Amino acid sequence: MELTHLSASALAAKVKAKEVSARAVTEAFLARIEAKDDAVGAFLTVMREQALTQADAVDAKIAAGEDPGPLAGVPIALKDNLCTLGVETTCASKILKGFVPPYDATVVKKLQAAGAIAIGKTNLDEFAMGSSTENSALKLTHNPWNLSKVPGGSSGGSAAAVAADFAPLSLGSDTGGSIRQPASFCGVVGVKPTYGRVSRYGLVAFASSLDQIGPFAKNIEDAALVMNVLSGHDPHDSTSVPRDVPDYTKALTGDIRGLRIGVPTEYFAAGIAPEIRILVQSAIGVLRGLGAEVGECSLPHTEYTLPAYYIVAPAEASSNLARYDGVRYGHRTQRATSHIDLFEKSREEGFGEEVKRRILIGTYALSAGYYDAFYLKAQQIRTLIQQDFENAFANFDVLITPTAPTTAFGIGEKTDDPLAMKLSDICTLSANLAGIPALSQCCGFDTNQLPVGMQLLGPAFSEELLFKVAHAYEQATDWHTRRSAF
Amino acid sequence: MALTTEDVRKVGTLARLALADDEIATITPQLNDLLDQFARLQQLDTTGVLPTSHAVPVTALLRADEITPSLSQAEVLKLTSHTDEIMGGFIVPQVLGGD
Repeated sequence: MELTHLSASALAAKVKAKEVSARAVTEAFLARIEAKDDAVGAFLTVMREQALTQADAVDAKIAAGEDPGPLAGVPIALKDNLCTLGVETTCASKILKGFVPPYDATVVKKLQAAGAIAIGKTNLDEFAMGSSTENSALKLTHNPWNLSKVPGGSSGGSAAAVAADFAPLSLGSDTGGSIRQPASFCGVVGVKPTYGRVSRYGLVAFASSLDQIGPFAKNIEDAALVMNVLSGHDPHDSTSVPRDVPDYTKALTGDIRGLRIGVPTEYFAAGIAPEIRILVQSAIGVLRGLGAEVGECSLPHTEYTLPAYYIVAPAEASSNLARYDGVRYGHRTQRATSHIDLFEKSREEGFGEEVKRRILIGTYALSAGYYDAFYLKAQQIRTLIQQDFENAFANFDVLITPTAPTTAFGIGEKTDDPLAMKLSDICTLSANLAGIPALSQCCGFDTNQLPVGMQLLGPAFSEELLFKVAHAYEQATDWHTRRSAF
Repeated sequence: MALTTEDVRKVGTLARLALADDEIATITPQLNDLLDQFARLQQLDTTGVLPTSHAVPVTALLRADEITPSLSQAEVLKLTSHTDEIMGGFIVPQVLGGD
């Protein structure tokens, strides 16, 4: 079997057993990226030199008899909104083109310490705002399952990189579904951890109360393995939670007998493609067959999720993106005659359309006279959405829904209708508002041979439970072993 | 509750975005589509519901008041070419004393 087809755990085992060197593994993935990424467009920057240097360091450790770490020699792609010391970090925005961070994000440091090889920076919707990666100001990314389709977004480059065997693992960020929805579109595993589980230090902020970093992987074991590395408190992020990190791989027992699975009826309503409803229901049937107890439940405030999210997230974004003023880093206009002019024109030239729309709606929602009607109201609805989940989790251990209402749509199909684009995240927004963990895994293919994702949701810090259920499903099915013809 | 192009221009000023006229013409109906969605929220009675600003309750975590290393001035100034090397700061257009 080719090295690029192997899982992260298989690669790490081979490297540690000296069956193959970290350099050989890294070279194999670099060669595939160089040969094939022109067609996919997953990467904005390929970190060839840095990756090989890192791989040599791992090989040196192994030669010296030291522990190279749990991800020894495993290449990982990083969404380009994660700061990397000395490597350009653009957020796929003209305003940050050329920005070279003077520090690494905490997750990047942790991965390096665990022996992983950062292999490149992946494309995204500008500042992670979007659902198709088409809002990137720098590049178009294609879905490896069908190159005329979008990979989803905003972490579309990271999802496509794993689906195209450019790396066995990648990192994304998820503010309203930006890991789970592209995972669904690209047929890979995508995990949004509990808010506070993973440090956000060095993640370029979009909406600080919703953003979480999480992994893409080819299977649940790999996702659990990398979550062991990413999780934990970080003094640099005061919202990261000081709480012990379990060994997530220990949860992968395959035994889900007696586990209670809730099926929220609102997530199977009109608007969800019938094929997707059928495939997710059939996956739930598989879990029932493995001994889980399944029952219907209700999340009654579901219909308010989209409007509440599109007040809270843009409001936070309008504040976070105020830092791009053309003064200290990033794009600076050549046309400024005053300092105000410098701010206004640098921002006008540097930001793309969707980012401007969100800054405007957020500024409006926070402006005098509208604060109570919009922002306060949305925060109250956030409380109600959280309570809906608390009530559901009183009776069920995990909930299962579709990840997205459709499979991957065509490139250009929704770019003229920003609202239709936003509806693509209708199933994923609530987990961010409630702060709970969720993952997406493949549960079949539609008639166009495009992957379908199902979403598992659990109470705060229940990642072990989600991995247990998803792993049991994976053992009973073979969807995760299918690869695109690409 | 629909926004006019003038409203959008005003919000643009608040957000420090010098929007072009044709941009405002495109964006205004798109923002109104989103505001139509927001209208649904007003139908729900939320009297007495406490607002949630953060999903996970975290109290301020205190650390020891010790000096730890941070980025040097030189490293930060390297992020743009618009710096004054002698004064060690960023150069911007004149703020005071102009017309």
